[in-house]
Amino acid sequence: MARICTLSEAIEENVRDGDTLAMEGFTHLIPYAAGHEIIRQGRRELFLVRMTPDLIYDQLIGVGAARGMKFSWGGNPGVGSLHRFRDAVENQWPRPLEIEEHSHAAMANAYEAGAANLPFAMLRGYIGADLAKVNRNIKSVTCPFTGEVLAAVPSIRPDVSVIHAQKADRKGNVLIEGIAGVQKEAVLAARRSVVTVEEIVDELNPPSPNAVILPTWAISAVVHVPGGAFPSYAHGYYPRSNAFYIAWDKIARDRDSFAAWIKDNVLASTPGDFSRHLTKHAAA
Amino acid sequence: MSSAFTPTEMMTIAAARALTNDDVCFVGIGAPSAACNVARLTHAPDITLIYESGTIGTKPDVLPLSIGDGELCDTALCTVSVPEMFRYWLQGGRITTGFLGGAQIDRFANLNTTVVGEYERPQVRLPGGGGAPEIASNCGQIYITIALSKRGFVDHLDFITSMGHGEGGDHRSRLGMKTKGPTRVITDMCIFEPDPVTKELTVVSIHNGFTREQITENCGWPVRFSSSLTETPVPTEREISVLRDINARTKKAHEAA
Repeated sequence: MARICTLSEAIEENVRDGDTLAMEGFTHLIPYAAGHEIIRQGRRELFLVRMTPDLIYDQLIGVGAARGMKFSWGGNPGVGSLHRFRDAVENQWPRPLEIEEHSHAAMANAYEAGAANLPFAMLRGYIGADLAKVNRNIKSVTCPFTGEVLAAVPSIRPDVSVIHAQKADRKGNVLIEGIAGVQKEAVLAARRSVVTVEEIVDELNPPSPNAVILPTWAISAVVHVPGGAFPSYAHGYYPRSNAFYIAWDKIARDRDSFAAWIKDNVLASTPGDFSRHLTKHAAA
Repeated sequence: MSSAFTPTEMMTIAAARALTNDDVCFVGIGAPSAACNVARLTHAPDITLIYESGTIGTKPDVLPLSIGDGELCDTALCTVSVPEMFRYWLQGGRITTGFLGGAQIDRFANLNTTVVGEYERPQVRLPGGGGAPEIASNCGQIYITIALSKRGFVDHLDFITSMGHGEGGDHRSRLGMKTKGPTRVITDMCIFEPDPVTKELTVVSIHNGFTREQITENCGWPVRFSSSLTETPVPTEREISVLRDINARTKKAHEAA
């Protein structure tokens, strides 16, 4: 059974120094409030896993919380670079970052293999692509039936996965709607998991018997954090703040302006502050 | 009408014209997304647009900034998980056309969006491949749209993020690929297609207002021109107005949120 608790308790209990940490949400439902709590609690030596590092990992990399990262697309979508990620790779600032780089298809397959308790994933992938030359975790496997050679990558098995979702009921069963990405796979592949939600309700009332549901007994902790996915979005609650994604380019380009932003908006803030984004957009 | 459009508008419209009503198209973000939606709003109303976030048959009213904007899900026929998207729909061979952009391209339409310089110590770290490596190999064919410049059209790629025609000739089939790979590259000055045998990109059509010399000057390799070179038809009023309308709606929407 998931424990329904505060964000501070959930991160304290489930995210540890040195962990392999997956925070998923494919553009949608990115668990920003949880990312900020991890920074406030000063977690170190994390190995980050995420298909699209996005601003959430730009922030964790920029404060020096990460020793490494496994990813498949490290940009600010539609805007340009993730400057803190680039500074780490190009200039080792604020520390060197070990990278394990894949394609989206390989990452998605690797999460699914992790959820399925398999040691590796296979795909018809990386044909003629140079990533296979620079990543020792891209190998091949031969089909025992046809002889076809397929790409193989290790499954993803995080120590802890963190996601954001729309709703939980009072037992901690979770409903995800809209672009569901790899969140279900990330939670089921991990030893521990934290889910932040927009709302905790009496009845989940899933819209269909085929809705994406994570049962409470498959989750470690559930936390009520309204607005907790801002500046990404929560389908049915508030839209993506494309304006903030555009503004981040300037904030993160410079080391000092980034540090100032973290000080004001993360270190001096609380999870409750995220609810202001919800109010603003609900009113708009 | 002939001078009343920009080279970027011509590029987007020429790219849109490559698509047909029957296409099932895997859409890359940025320039490809604009082209695919202009096609949908003009000559190809029934085209199926698919974004890697899992949205199938989406009909966005404004162009998404990311591949997973809410607009894509709201207007889609259905939305599937990302593993399902890559496994069943892309790897499953259901996509006729992949539409990609890129930072750099070589004469065999291989793309680099990973690094400039050495991989271990890059001069410039680019975002990486995302969906592109498998889009490039698993879609029936690939269209690419990139503005023509010496920085983008290079003699040698530091890194092949997604394979086009590799070293040229039959390289794709030698690696076991059954798909066509890049069949057209649309720039702001001209359209390239691979030579049927060597697979080297060859200029087949020049946009109104540009010359062979300008194309040669802006390409990083000695560019070849087709013997049956044509001039790209200028945008129609409808094409231009549809493109400008969607760009205006998009700008307004992105600045508001």
